[in-house]
Amino acid sequence: MHALVATAGALVIVFAAAPAFAQSTLDTVRARGYLQCGVNTGLAGFSQPDSKGVWRGIDVDLCRAVSAAVFGNAGKVRYTPLTAQQRFTALQSGEIDILARNTTWTITRDTGLGLNFVGVNYYDGQGFIVPKKLNVKSAKELNGATICVQPGTTNELNVADYFRANGMKFKPVVIEKLEEVLNAYFAGRCDVYTTDMSGLVSIRASRAPNPADHVILPELISKEPLGPAVRHGDDRWFDIVKWSLHAMVEAEELGLTSGSIDRQLKSASPSIQRFIGAVGDIGKGLGLDNRWAYAIVRQVGNYGESFERNLTPLGFERGLNRLWRHGGLMYAPPIR
Amino acid sequence: MKLRSSDPRLRALVYQVSAAAATLLLGWFLISNTIENLAERNIASGFAFLDREAGFAIGETTFVPYSASGTYLEALTVGIANTLRVALIGIVAATVLGSLIGLARLSRNWLLAKLASGYVEFIRNVPLLVQLFFFYALIAEHTPVPREAIEFLPGWYLSNRGMFFPVPVFHAAHAWALAALAAGIATAVAFARWAARRRALTGGSLPVAEIALALVLGPPALTFIAMGTPLEFDVPRLSGFNFSGGVALTPEFTALTGGLILYTAAFIAEIVRAGILSIPRGQIEAACALGLRQRRILRFVILPQALRVIVPPLTNQYLNLTKNSSLAVAIGYPDLVSVANTTINQTGQAVEGVAIIMAVYLTITLTISVVMNWYNARMALRGQ
Repeated sequence: MHALVATAGALVIVFAAAPAFAQSTLDTVRARGYLQCGVNTGLAGFSQPDSKGVWRGIDVDLCRAVSAAVFGNAGKVRYTPLTAQQRFTALQSGEIDILARNTTWTITRDTGLGLNFVGVNYYDGQGFIVPKKLNVKSAKELNGATICVQPGTTNELNVADYFRANGMKFKPVVIEKLEEVLNAYFAGRCDVYTTDMSGLVSIRASRAPNPADHVILPELISKEPLGPAVRHGDDRWFDIVKWSLHAMVEAEELGLTSGSIDRQLKSASPSIQRFIGAVGDIGKGLGLDNRWAYAIVRQVGNYGESFERNLTPLGFERGLNRLWRHGGLMYAPPIR
Repeated sequence: MKLRSSDPRLRALVYQVSAAAATLLLGWFLISNTIENLAERNIASGFAFLDREAGFAIGETTFVPYSASGTYLEALTVGIANTLRVALIGIVAATVLGSLIGLARLSRNWLLAKLASGYVEFIRNVPLLVQLFFFYALIAEHTPVPREAIEFLPGWYLSNRGMFFPVPVFHAAHAWALAALAAGIATAVAFARWAARRRALTGGSLPVAEIALALVLGPPALTFIAMGTPLEFDVPRLSGFNFSGGVALTPEFTALTGGLILYTAAFIAEIVRAGILSIPRGQIEAACALGLRQRRILRFVILPQALRVIVPPLTNQYLNLTKNSSLAVAIGYPDLVSVANTTINQTGQAVEGVAIIMAVYLTITLTISVVMNWYNARMALRGQ
C-alpha cells in the first residue's frame, strides 16, 4: 500500500528522464485542463467528500482557489487522497501539482524534500484526546500511557519530544490508515490519541461514537503551521499558489465575499479596484488573467467564508486564525 | 586454436558477454539517473541520515535497546530485529502446525480429515491482510481494558494491552543450568551416533530415545537443584495506565504472528500432504510386509523420500512468510517496513529507505534459501 506508493515514487525518480520536469507547472496544468491536488484521505473540515462525493474543506478550497485563478473556473480540480506517508512522494514525483493536506511547515521538510511551503492556511498545535472515563485532566498525567499516532507525521516526533522533556514514558501504537488508527483508539487499544488540535476537534465531532465521551486535554505541545506546498524549483507556480492563498485573506480584510463582490465592482476603493483587476496588472507577473483574484472570491469566497463554511459547524474557534486586525495571525502582504 | 563465427562456444561467449554488459550498463544508467534526478529536484540524498537522531519512539523492541534519542540506524535495527522475531517464530510454528494439519488431512478419521481440509480451503482462500485486520480487531475490541484485565493464571493477565506473564529473574544458576543443558545435548548426540554405529556392527538396539532424553534433561536439573533452585519471578503489576514488569505479548505482535502462522500453515499442510502422497503405496506395503512398525516406516521409508518433495516448496513458504510479515504496518506492529516508512517520511529519503528495505529482505530471504538448499542437497544425496 503506502510502501507501494513510496516505491512507485522512488521508481519515478529512478527512471524519469531528468529534463521532463523542466517544463513549467503552469503550462503542464493548462495543457492538461485541470489541477491535480493532493488532499487528506478524509479529515472533516479540511478535505473530505460530502454525501454526494463532492470534496469539501479549507484545503479543498485552496485547490479550488488556484483552479479559479488559473482557469477562471474553480471546478477544474481532481483530488488525490493521500496518507501522511504518501504525500511528499506524490508531490516530488509530479503526481500532484499542489499538496494541500494539513501539512506542518518545518525546516526539514522545506529544505530537504525538494518542496516549498507557500504559506499557512491554518495555525494549529498538537494536542491529546482521551476517553472521559480515564479521568485525566492534564497531559502531565499521561506517564505510562499507550498513545495511538499516525506515522510520518510531526506528531510522532513531538509526542516523543514532549514525553522526554517531561521525564515521562509512553508506548506508541503507530498505524498508518486514519480509519485503522481511530478504530484502535475507540476500541481502547490506546489510552490516548494524538494529532493536531484541528484533527482532534474534527475527529471528535465526526468520528467518535459519542463525542461527549472524549475530552481534549488543554495542553498544546507544539506549533503546527499547516500549509500548502509545491515542488521546489518552479517559482512561477510557487507565486501563483502563494498569492491565491493571500488573495483569500486579503479579500476578507477588504470585506469582499462571494455574495457581495459583484456589487462592489464599481467600488471607489482603490484597493478593491486593484484586487478585482479593474486597474493595474496584478495578473501579468503571475502569467494569469488580470481578474484571477476576482475569480477566486466570486467562486470560492474569502478565507473567513471558507473557515465558517467548513470548520465552524464542527465546533472550531477562529483563535489564531483570525485576521491580524482581530488579534489573529492571518496577514496577507499588500496586493498592489 | 582457431575460433570461427560458427563455433558454438564463441557464440555462447559473445551472447553472455553482451548480456552481462547490457545489465551493467542498465544498472549504471539507473543509478546515475537517480542521483541526477535527486540533485535536480533538490532532494537530499546519501546515507548520512543514518547517524542522525531519530526522535520518534517505537512501541516494542526485541533484544535491541532503543529510545527516541537513538539514531535512525538504531531505529532500523530495532525494526529488523522485530521482523526477525516474527519470521523465526512464524516459520517454526507454521511448520509444526502445517505438518500436523497435513497429516490430519490424510487421517482415516473422517471428521479429522474433513476438518483439516475445511481449514486449508478456508484459510488459504481469504486474503492475508483481511485475516490480520480480523485478528487485530478481535484482540483489540474483545479484550478488557487493563484495569479489568482477566487473570487466567496467577500472574498472567490478558487485556487489550496484550498478554502479560511473569518471567524468572536472572540468576547465575540459570546460566550454569543452560551450560549443563548444552553439554547434555552434545553428550546425547554423541551417544546416539555411537548407538547407531553399534547397531550397524552388532545388530543390537538400545532404547536410544529414553537414554538421550535423560542425558539432555538430567544435567541441567541436577545443576539447578545443586545450586539451591534459586527461582524468583518478575510478576506484571498494574500501575497507572498499564502493566509493568513481566513480559508482554502485544496485540499487534500476536495478531501478526498468529495470522501469519495460521495462513502459512494451510499452505504447508498441502505441501506435506503432497510429499507423503508422492510415495507409492507399494513401498509402504512392502515395508509392512518386512515387518517394520508404523513409526519405522514413517522414519525410514516415507520421510526420507517425502522430504525431497517437501523441502523446495517449503522454502517458498518460508520466504513468503518472511515477506508477508511486512503487512505488519497495517496493524501497527513496528517491523522493518513500518520503521523504514517513518524514517522515509521524517528524512524524505525514499530512495535510500526503499533500498534499505530491499537489501534487508533480500539478505534474510537469501539466507533462508541457502540454509534450505543445503538441507535439501543433504536430503537428496542421502536418498540416492
